[in-house]
Amino acid sequence: MKHPLIRFVARRLAVSVLLAVGVTLVTFTLTNLVPGDPAAANLGQQALGNPAIVKQFREQHGLDKPLPVQYVTYLGDLVQGDLGESQQSHRPVDADLREFVPATFELAGAALLLSLVVGVAFGVIAALRRDRIADQFLRVTSLAGVSVPTFWLALLAFYFFFYRLRLAPGSGRIAPTMSPPPHVTGLYTVDAALAGQWDVCASAAGHLALPALVLAAYTIGLLTRFTRSAVLEVLSQDYVRAARAKGLPARVVLLRYVLRAALVPIITVAGLAFGSLLSGTVLVESIFAWPGIGQYAYKSATNLDLPAVMGVGLVVGAIYVAVNLIVDVLYGVIDPRVRST
Amino acid sequence: MIRRLPETWRRPLAVTGLVITAAWLIVVIAAPLLAPYDPLAQKFPRLRPPGGGHWFGTDELGRDVFSRVLYGARLSIPLTLLLVALSVVIGGLLGACAGYFGRWVDETIMRVADLVFAFPTVILAMAVAASLGASLRNAVLAILVVSWPAYARVTRGLVLGLRSREFVLSGRLLGFSVWRSLRTDVLPNVAGPILVLATLDIGTQLLLLSGLSFLGLGAKPPTAEWGAMVASATQVFDKWWVGVFPGLAILTVVLAFNFLGDTMRDALDPQTARAIKERAL
Amino acid sequence: MTILAIEDLTVDLGGRGLIRGIDLSLERGKVHGLAGESGSGKTMTGLAVLGLLPHGARTGGTISLGGTDLLSLSPKEMNARRGREIGTVFQDQSTSLHPMLSIGRQLTDHMRHHLRLDRAQARERAAELLGKVRIPDPGRALDRYPHQFSGGMRQRIAIAIALACDPQVLIADEPTTALDVTVQAGILRLLRGLCDDLGLAVLLVTHDLGVMSAVADVISVMRDGRLVETGPRARVMRDPADPYTRALLDALPGRSTP
Repeated sequence: MKHPLIRFVARRLAVSVLLAVGVTLVTFTLTNLVPGDPAAANLGQQALGNPAIVKQFREQHGLDKPLPVQYVTYLGDLVQGDLGESQQSHRPVDADLREFVPATFELAGAALLLSLVVGVAFGVIAALRRDRIADQFLRVTSLAGVSVPTFWLALLAFYFFFYRLRLAPGSGRIAPTMSPPPHVTGLYTVDAALAGQWDVCASAAGHLALPALVLAAYTIGLLTRFTRSAVLEVLSQDYVRAARAKGLPARVVLLRYVLRAALVPIITVAGLAFGSLLSGTVLVESIFAWPGIGQYAYKSATNLDLPAVMGVGLVVGAIYVAVNLIVDVLYGVIDPRVRST
Repeated sequence: MIRRLPETWRRPLAVTGLVITAAWLIVVIAAPLLAPYDPLAQKFPRLRPPGGGHWFGTDELGRDVFSRVLYGARLSIPLTLLLVALSVVIGGLLGACAGYFGRWVDETIMRVADLVFAFPTVILAMAVAASLGASLRNAVLAILVVSWPAYARVTRGLVLGLRSREFVLSGRLLGFSVWRSLRTDVLPNVAGPILVLATLDIGTQLLLLSGLSFLGLGAKPPTAEWGAMVASATQVFDKWWVGVFPGLAILTVVLAFNFLGDTMRDALDPQTARAIKERAL
Repeated sequence: MTILAIEDLTVDLGGRGLIRGIDLSLERGKVHGLAGESGSGKTMTGLAVLGLLPHGARTGGTISLGGTDLLSLSPKEMNARRGREIGTVFQDQSTSLHPMLSIGRQLTDHMRHHLRLDRAQARERAAELLGKVRIPDPGRALDRYPHQFSGGMRQRIAIAIALACDPQVLIADEPTTALDVTVQAGILRLLRGLCDDLGLAVLLVTHDLGVMSAVADVISVMRDGRLVETGPRARVMRDPADPYTRALLDALPGRSTP
């Protein structure tokens, strides 16, 4: 029984590696799409006037070689962790990213957890209470959730809860008077809890709450809608009726028969939801001054700092490929029919 | 008038959607007549709250927010509709070719689509827009790049399902050329689901377009664009009216088209509805 | 001996009468065939016995099992009887078995619920049942999934599931319709054999009178929610009293027209 699953995972892994390579191809192509000379983008006005410096720059960056060779060099650099240098911070992009990734993980992770728990629960309730008040209400609110511009909601939430009502703490990850907990995972809430610094943990959680909620608004709506339709679809299946005919209690039928079958489309959407959460961080972090790659990407985009933007694209793309691999593997675990494909 | 609509369209959600859409379309057409002031005129007292001749107040450069919101519709809504139309045409054509011709055509097109799907949407759009250069035209191109694969996939699936159906086969046997077969047999059956998908997509595209403008990768100041307006409002967030109204505009437009799309999907037969469900995010 | 007695059963849904007063009884060790075209109400009859009628359906009359009127029971009480006193085999074995649960799981979960068995006992009993329906290598089969079996084997498994808690009544709704003709005979023989060996009271619902003639002891014919004929198999097949029955018989292939 184990073997088909392992073979399945191996196949998916191979596809993911190919996809990851594809991701690098895309970022490489985009980097070279830049209209105009990279030299012009990187050198100052004076240096541009001097042909010798320009020539040296081109040779130094391998710009005089044919594209396929440039791509190989690019890949080689990537493997070593070299993502180029940020034009704003003049630090290596990978150093910047390493600093900012944990904060985004904490934010996106919290939002994902929230979305999964609330979204799936709402979707199941809406499906079971089809066309009744609860269902109507949930359908409208989830529709509203996927219609709201995330960046606007962030602004609104910040204005209301921080400025007006003074309910939420200010920007950043913890109160300015506190210092971060000892680094274990980079997630302040987790690290503070591990170190027993409960006041820091509470402060971190409080700062996390509002941005995570704003970020999750869209994905909760998405998951509610999809879970609802997935569950409705399954409820009409013969095997559910057969399970009822066996006299199993309603709770068992729901959990073991209905949810398990509905889980496949739900996991698909969960994967996509994570992608949209990553996208959302770009729009949300800057408003809450959350020091993550979202804010980094925002600043880089507004300043047209291309190496940084491409770096973010690459890293996020790679993370997304990994997430989709996990989703695929979960399919294989849940649905035995998939393992033979 | 409501009484003459078929059953599905009489529900409150559908009616609301239709009304809001109609209202915005009127704004798009009649903005110059409806707007009290020039959206670009920076002659008013800055950052005044709503009231006294400025229904939505004034922004940080002394412009009337209400007029800017109205003119913003003129920019965003037609542009979004154009975007969706282009995505449908390009994606649909590529998908139909992939489904109809199969083999290496299918492989290439679907692999490229997979590459696009490997990234979260905004991230890829952001990267493309940034590398092309920050302008509205490039933002549109970037969104096209990330949007066509979804339509390609759906069309391909539908075409694959149709390709082996009898009436298509008999058409070919009768000597229909490939193009005629595509046009008369395949296209009409594909149009319905695609239309529903497109309507639901309008909201997504608008959010993407205003999102890119928010990031400074789309419309450039002083253009009155909703996303860009919210972006500048982040600097003066305590003057809530500067950012709330443009965002509200985006919300109502997206909501209206989502209501319409949902209703259209409910009105379809279950089989096509199922085919759409997988793609309609 | 009568195990289940249906008296003057009526079922209404949305103002329409789906079943308009039928009487039926199921005897121990006998197969009672219920024939009719689609829409005649025959499937509804089975669902009424199970208490699984669609939402909003209203019932009248009585269905007595062991001295209790099933129609008067609360959902919880009815649930206790479903699967335990009444076993069901549905038509489409490709969709009535859950694709993601192992055969063993689907065989044992209601057994453990109704009969309070532990895992080992239930598993042993499940393997026995699989042997009884002639599934090869029952021990290994328990850990396999539905898609790994052929249609005929899946239906045998469904029969095993229906018999797992030793019910008195078995309802089989079109058990062979979705199967290959070559496989149908085997399933029918199995059903007949089990009915005789275990003393089941079987309700066999089908539109196919040919199937019925192979295994039924008594045949009832339904049309538009009403019973048009009831009688012993031999008599009904040879000399139907009702013109509708006659028409159904004539529709069978290989039957000479009088």
